[in-house]
Amino acid sequence: MKTPPSGIPKPEGTYPPTEAMLAEPVPEDLAKAQTARLRKAWAAPPGWRYPSAVNNTEVGKWYCMTALSFMLMAGVMALIMRLQLAVPENDLVSADRFNQLFTMHGSAMMFLFAVPLFEAISILLLPGMLGARDMPFPRLSAYGYWSFLIGGIFVIGSTFFDAAPRAGWFMYPPLATEDEGPGSDIWLLGLSFIEIASIAAAVELIVGALKCRPPGMRVNIMPLYAWYVMVVGGMILFAFPPLIAGDFLFELERSFDWPFFDPTRGGDPMLWQHLFWIFGHPEVYIIFLPSIAIAAMVIPTVARRPIFGYSWIVLSAVGTGFLSFGLWVHHMFTTGLPSISLGFFSAASEAVVIPTGIQIFAFLATLMAGRVKMTLPMLWISGALAIFTMGGLTGVMLALAPFDFQVHDTYFIVAHLHYTLFGGMVFPVIAGVYYFFPFIQKKLLSERLGKWAFWLIFSGFNLTFLPMHLTGLWGMPRRVYTYPTDLGWDGLNMISTIGAFIIAAGFAIFVWDLIRPKGHQPQIPRNPWDAGTLEWTHDVPEETWGVRSIPHVTTRYPLWDQPQMQARMDAGRYYLPDAEEGKRETLVTSVIDAEPIQVQRVTGPTWITHLAALFTGGAFIFPTFHLYPPAIVSGALAICCIIWWLWTSTARPPEADSKDVGLGLRLPTYAAGPSSVGWWAMWITMLGDATAFSSVVFGFFFYWTASPDFPPDGAAHAAAGWVGLAAVAFALNWMMTVGARQLNRAGSVGAARLCLVLAPATAALGAASLIVSVWGLAPESHVYPAILWALTVWIAAHTGAGVIMQLYCLAGSLFGKMTPRYDADIWNVSLFWHFVTISALVTCAVMGLAPEAL
Amino acid sequence: MNVMMRDRNDIRRSCFSRVPALTLLSLLVLAGCGREQSALNVAGRDAAAISLLFWVMLVGAVLLWLMVNGAFLYVSRFAPGRFDERHGRRLLIGGGIVLPTVVLTALLVWGLSLLPDSRTPGDGLVVRVTGEQWWWRVEYWPEGATEPVVSANEIRLPVGERTEFRLLADKVIHSFWIPALGGKMDMFPGRETTFTLLPDKPGTYRGQCAEFCGASHAWMAFVAVAMEPEEFDAWLQAQAEDAAPPADDAARRGQAVFRDEGCGACHTVRGTDAVGQVGPDLTHIGSRLSLGAGRARVTLDDLATWVAHTDALKPEVRMPSYDLGEDELRDLAHYLKGLR
Repeated sequence: MKTPPSGIPKPEGTYPPTEAMLAEPVPEDLAKAQTARLRKAWAAPPGWRYPSAVNNTEVGKWYCMTALSFMLMAGVMALIMRLQLAVPENDLVSADRFNQLFTMHGSAMMFLFAVPLFEAISILLLPGMLGARDMPFPRLSAYGYWSFLIGGIFVIGSTFFDAAPRAGWFMYPPLATEDEGPGSDIWLLGLSFIEIASIAAAVELIVGALKCRPPGMRVNIMPLYAWYVMVVGGMILFAFPPLIAGDFLFELERSFDWPFFDPTRGGDPMLWQHLFWIFGHPEVYIIFLPSIAIAAMVIPTVARRPIFGYSWIVLSAVGTGFLSFGLWVHHMFTTGLPSISLGFFSAASEAVVIPTGIQIFAFLATLMAGRVKMTLPMLWISGALAIFTMGGLTGVMLALAPFDFQVHDTYFIVAHLHYTLFGGMVFPVIAGVYYFFPFIQKKLLSERLGKWAFWLIFSGFNLTFLPMHLTGLWGMPRRVYTYPTDLGWDGLNMISTIGAFIIAAGFAIFVWDLIRPKGHQPQIPRNPWDAGTLEWTHDVPEETWGVRSIPHVTTRYPLWDQPQMQARMDAGRYYLPDAEEGKRETLVTSVIDAEPIQVQRVTGPTWITHLAALFTGGAFIFPTFHLYPPAIVSGALAICCIIWWLWTSTARPPEADSKDVGLGLRLPTYAAGPSSVGWWAMWITMLGDATAFSSVVFGFFFYWTASPDFPPDGAAHAAAGWVGLAAVAFALNWMMTVGARQLNRAGSVGAARLCLVLAPATAALGAASLIVSVWGLAPESHVYPAILWALTVWIAAHTGAGVIMQLYCLAGSLFGKMTPRYDADIWNVSLFWHFVTISALVTCAVMGLAPEAL
Repeated sequence: MNVMMRDRNDIRRSCFSRVPALTLLSLLVLAGCGREQSALNVAGRDAAAISLLFWVMLVGAVLLWLMVNGAFLYVSRFAPGRFDERHGRRLLIGGGIVLPTVVLTALLVWGLSLLPDSRTPGDGLVVRVTGEQWWWRVEYWPEGATEPVVSANEIRLPVGERTEFRLLADKVIHSFWIPALGGKMDMFPGRETTFTLLPDKPGTYRGQCAEFCGASHAWMAFVAVAMEPEEFDAWLQAQAEDAAPPADDAARRGQAVFRDEGCGACHTVRGTDAVGQVGPDLTHIGSRLSLGAGRARVTLDDLATWVAHTDALKPEVRMPSYDLGEDELRDLAHYLKGLR
């Protein structure tokens, strides 16, 4: 971006700080006053207003506890299934109930536990590790949390009404599309709602890791956890959108009978399998990598030395992330794909062993070179390694297509996936809970109970799942509600059931340890493990400000390598030791070198996020019961809430352009364009959006290549004239939007406003022309008109959002929120339109050129 | 009711009990049993290759597991601080890169070399199987045949020949799998998938649907019989015949019940006016080794129970339960059992 920042001052003063500056004591009176002001600004609301808090420490805690509760519910479902399977031909639950149970067990563990828990833990810990006061968009975290809570209760609650989805967590059509009752809709819409909240959290976490690091913390010294957050956040951004696109097509088929997956009308159930597993396989690593990240924080502390092979680990994490997108077909080895595909995906699936192995061996090397203290967290990490390596080794077996032909969809897979998920997720997370608990409460969990829980869960786990390998090899398929006797499965199943209850006993002890009252336990000092990273400077639960002052960091383990850091931070010697205006602030730094560039005002407690989440929930939940008018009203109210929230609390012109942040540095208080966090968030969000759009376009080309009658002979096409008009209109709209941004910054406010009036009109014209171009096509008749309609609906919906944004900027310009100087909103909106314009033009090209090319 | 056929004199020994097997010892005892649906109870060339691959990988996996976890235990418990960075780098490169690259390359070469086997063309016989909810429509197309021999819920194959399977599904996805003979292949509505199997040991095995297909997925199985080629030819010839006429009065009464209750609207009994295509062909039901797609045996009792309580045996099955008198049920069962 060439445009110079519009008169917003640049950072000025001394940076980096000298040792002399850091050694100078802070006057006691001043420190006291600062402390009082900071405390007031960051206090979580007391009493009944407590749920309106948005502090990352509060939201993170709720998020973790909620995800844990959903996990326990899904665990109880597993116990019921194990009871049903304990003996052959059992009738404890009906076939239908059993099918609901296993569908919900898998869906809840994936969507309501594993992914949200990563985000929950990261929201809780990441700002601490980065010495930031909070996440860059606290209200977005809160909105994501409340959406997750509402959506999660809706989805898992359906089990209690015997209305839960029952086609498996993978929801293969035609079984799932043809299924009667609301089950499939609850899965599609309820989980889409949660996925969108997940993406929101991922965007925020990526921006947090990129822009909210403390001064001096270059990317190559940031805690490994932050690297994993970026990798996993990026994976969520590219993995969830194909599923959302799939959900979009799926729900159009369910609600309006558009035959995307119906083979009798040109559709293809394989498209869903591809879209689902393009999501589904990275999902496994989305769950696994954060747990490795926890191990990467625990292990150096336990070994009492820096992590070995930092850059190896980072490269491997990135490599695992990349490779995980090239493996999805190994879930489809038995679908009759050509041998060449099977060979390729077998090899790719084996290749992912290498980066995974490097990470594990780097940990091993760290322990080898250190002096290991066997603590409770380390015990859980050892258990994780024992279990995960086994899951990994069976994974190596399964990646070979011929072996998979035999054991695919059998209990061997059930064993394999539980070994990877318990070893790669549950055990490391519990290690993390024991390790990080003092970060929340300054108390330790019980050593005795912890050991009991460990040995019960560890032995119960192996008793349950080790025999399942054999059950599968002996021919027992997955997802059967019962089985005949005489096939040799009876004893093995009984053993698995007994094991499952031993696991449950272990979890009961763990949960009790977690929630038991600890009032009588004396508080332990900060940083009980003598760790080296910044989160242990937090003075919890007394102070909600995160860090007293934001340090200047020059090493990977600042608490080990910069011995005076803790004292200086607490004294308020570093940056932002004060909250003069009583506002919540944190530092924004540059992406690579973490040079301070801005003071970011972050938002405080509010109820608007609750309302916004509630109405967004309504927009997703009402359609499951085909209640469209309430859904539309609810959606409109959600949009109103979000506009109000943005208008009142984001990108407001500050009272002064810059302020003193301490240590002789003055930083601007406002940023627009690429230096602002909002612009980055928009960029990242739109990458996800573009991925979802590409998935729909992929659908078009998938039909084209996979089926001979696409489009069917003599099919009607989109009206070329209208498609052309739409393309012109979208191009004009883009020029107006970018023009408005440029003119506004140049001071021609009137001309900018004119552009902002004309732009929505041209955008609406574009969307309308596109709709007219397909108006005569009947989407129920064949998948060809259906996919053209789907593209049109996609673009029209985005146009709607984009028009609202343009009008928001216009209103901002009219009411003094957006000025030539303070123009962050129009920057973000024009970025949105860059992406949507490309989507719209691609759509026009596909629709206009298809009749020629096909 | 039992899926497997008690009256068969096959290799199965009754070493099961309903008492839960709790110890490793009883596990080993269990392992001695013959199992009709085990991928390790090998009776076909494809299954044999995969089984060998498995045993080799299992030994390798156990060794690697011991190595990694042994190393972990050693460095964390017994040798704190004895090593330095140089050792660390060696461990990282040796264990994280060199070892997996070598092992995996070898494994891929071997494993993928097995791929072409199940894709090699058949020796002549083509069996078309369509997965329905929840049963199997089967057509045998011997080489040069112009019309198929239609059957259901049972697969018979000649030993020593590669049989080609052409698989389809009616409404939802299923998966066709006979573990003793080889791997599985999914069945799709609207898209044919194919693969071949080469049995090399005569015997009776069990196959089952492996892709979740709705309420009664658990009860979608079949019996697979590998026969000597000449035996197979004779059997196929018999299958091609029309149904045997009722042999006695009870069977004739049973046929009347069959007709009066409208069974022919869904089922075909060739040589009669029952030509329904909705459910399984019953022309030779009396000679089959299972009833209701591996759900029960073809005995008079089981036949009567099935007709009277379909939904109890197979939740949500399309065939309704028939509220018939005891005599009618017995006659109907007698008639069906006579369709040999």
